[in-house]
Amino acid sequence: MRNFLFEGLIRPPLTERPPAPSDTAIDELAAALDRAVRKRLGRSLSIRAVDAGSCNGCELEMQALGNAFYDIERFGIRFVASPRHADVLLVTGPVTRNMREALERTYEATPDPKWVVAVGGCALDGGCFAGSYAVVGGVSEVVPVDLHIQGCPPSPTDLLKGLLALLEQVRT
Amino acid sequence: MPALIDLFLEGRRVPHHGPCVRSIVDPAVWSFTAGQLAEGHWTLLGLWGETGTVHMALLAESTREMGVISLECPEGRYPSVGQRHPPAIRPERAIHDLFGLEPENLPDLRPWLDHGHWGTLRPLGSGQPAPPVSPYAFLRADGPGLHQIAVGPVHAGIIEPGHFRFTANGETVVRLEERLGYTHKGIEGLMTGAGLDRAAQLAGRVSGDSTVAYALAFSRAAEAALRIGVPPRAVWLRALMAELERMANHLGDIGAICNDAGFALMHAHCGVLRERVLRAGEAAFGHRLMRDRIVPGGVATDLHPEGIAGIRALTKTIGRKFPRLIDLYDNTASLQDRTVGTGVLKPELARQYGAGGYVGRASGRSFDARRTLCYPPYDSLRFDVPLLSAGDVDARVWIRIREFEQSLSLVKQILDELPDGPVRGDIAEAGEPREGMALVEGFRGDVLVWLRLAGDGTIDRCHLRDPSWFQWPLLEAVIEGNIVGDFPLCNKSFNCSYSGHDL
Repeated sequence: MRNFLFEGLIRPPLTERPPAPSDTAIDELAAALDRAVRKRLGRSLSIRAVDAGSCNGCELEMQALGNAFYDIERFGIRFVASPRHADVLLVTGPVTRNMREALERTYEATPDPKWVVAVGGCALDGGCFAGSYAVVGGVSEVVPVDLHIQGCPPSPTDLLKGLLALLEQVRT
Repeated sequence: MPALIDLFLEGRRVPHHGPCVRSIVDPAVWSFTAGQLAEGHWTLLGLWGETGTVHMALLAESTREMGVISLECPEGRYPSVGQRHPPAIRPERAIHDLFGLEPENLPDLRPWLDHGHWGTLRPLGSGQPAPPVSPYAFLRADGPGLHQIAVGPVHAGIIEPGHFRFTANGETVVRLEERLGYTHKGIEGLMTGAGLDRAAQLAGRVSGDSTVAYALAFSRAAEAALRIGVPPRAVWLRALMAELERMANHLGDIGAICNDAGFALMHAHCGVLRERVLRAGEAAFGHRLMRDRIVPGGVATDLHPEGIAGIRALTKTIGRKFPRLIDLYDNTASLQDRTVGTGVLKPELARQYGAGGYVGRASGRSFDARRTLCYPPYDSLRFDVPLLSAGDVDARVWIRIREFEQSLSLVKQILDELPDGPVRGDIAEAGEPREGMALVEGFRGDVLVWLRLAGDGTIDRCHLRDPSWFQWPLLEAVIEGNIVGDFPLCNKSFNCSYSGHDL
């Protein structure tokens, strides 16, 4: 273990950092997100993930946000364990009828000000599950949604872009 | 014990069922089969219903035979398999919820997938209006000093929803009862009437982490029904995707299990390797999870030329980094202290439930669909099926480690021997009803898909059985006597799918 920790000190980080202003979208996003987050929430944004019936594909990419390449915590954004600690609910999936009440209660447990981001094609309108007896539909059928991030599933970069868009919206 | 083939001969053979037999039997043969399952002969692969009929897929592991028996039940009742063979209890509860078919003498007829919110009873059967919801009756555990802990459906991490009801005495878990069904999307209802393209899309969204395995199982079932072959290159590309998916998921799991034991370093390093696998998948096939790439008839996209170089580079990187991570796992005593001896699954239970994947193989059940059924191209690839019998969290980690190494070797072999040629064949409508079944080894275990195509090529009935059906109940057994604090560790070492189970 000592070797791992030692190498961690001497090796350059894997985290994709912004080398020049006009580089990749993710790096531009990184700087802007940092500015915006600081203005509104003093460098921190707490996210509570709610799976309202997804296939778990979106969850995989949300988990990836925490790996060394994306390192979402460097922006002051972190996933929290309770809606009572959250500023943002990141909701995935078509909302199933069996999860509707749990989603409503999670929303009510989140203190104001709060924002809801619907993640993935299913969260927009139910996706390919729309019309099923067991599915309510998109997230906005149940709680007010501030932003949709599309994709099946959206990549971690798409997710970062989406969170930026939300912050821009919040600022104005 | 009679041979499985003799069982099928007892009934009326259904025409156009591929690649194995489906036979319509009478209640006596059905009950006899339940008794044989209870005595440990054969393995229950799946149990599902449709209007007026129940089906049971069986496997004889020793002879590698597989097949389906069906029982017509016009009265809406059938002899319960679950009353004698517990693995069938939850499938029978689900059949009751969806189709209204009643398993006679099943001791537990509480609703399973139906939480009373659908607005209709038996949505795939008669579809009556639903009565008011009554609270779910959890099983009781009585005794001095016992208390309950209710967890979920919304959990603390970035994970799927489900409810766990613990009864504990201090720190020690006396009973865990799972309540699932929260992510039930009615996929089998949506399947009926869908064309092959849409159905393949739905199959790939049953459980996102196994999107390749599901698309493969669905496509193979459809191809078996239509009796069509797949171009050789497509067969090999499918296996390449399947092994990349297995590698990505095993890496994620190994890291996450260590993280739940408080060892974040492994999690961080496994997360880096996992990301590299996903990126290689995207470069090669145009999607990080390789979703919608496997379709009936072949694959939708050929391997990108740059993707080959990317995957070769990936195998080199992993070959260099992974062994050191394994040393780290093996030599960290504080981590082993949490995983060794925790959450032990007894081999008898793994066998009884036909537990697939690392859950079964860490508890002495050597079944791997790639080896036992030898579907192509695995018949011409060299690989081992690792097997352990300790059955604890540690064993489930080691099985993943060894399987990961095997997958790495398989990926190299596939790249070396990948044939040229087209990647997708034509699909012709059969003009008559056709049935097919496929069993495919996903990272979590064997995924079963059974389907019947109507004459016009649309889906008449499709059942998709996740390996989690026969793993979730075992988690309840495994946690007993462990401390509450070790539940996340046990749960992660199983990593059952909620969505795959709930459908």
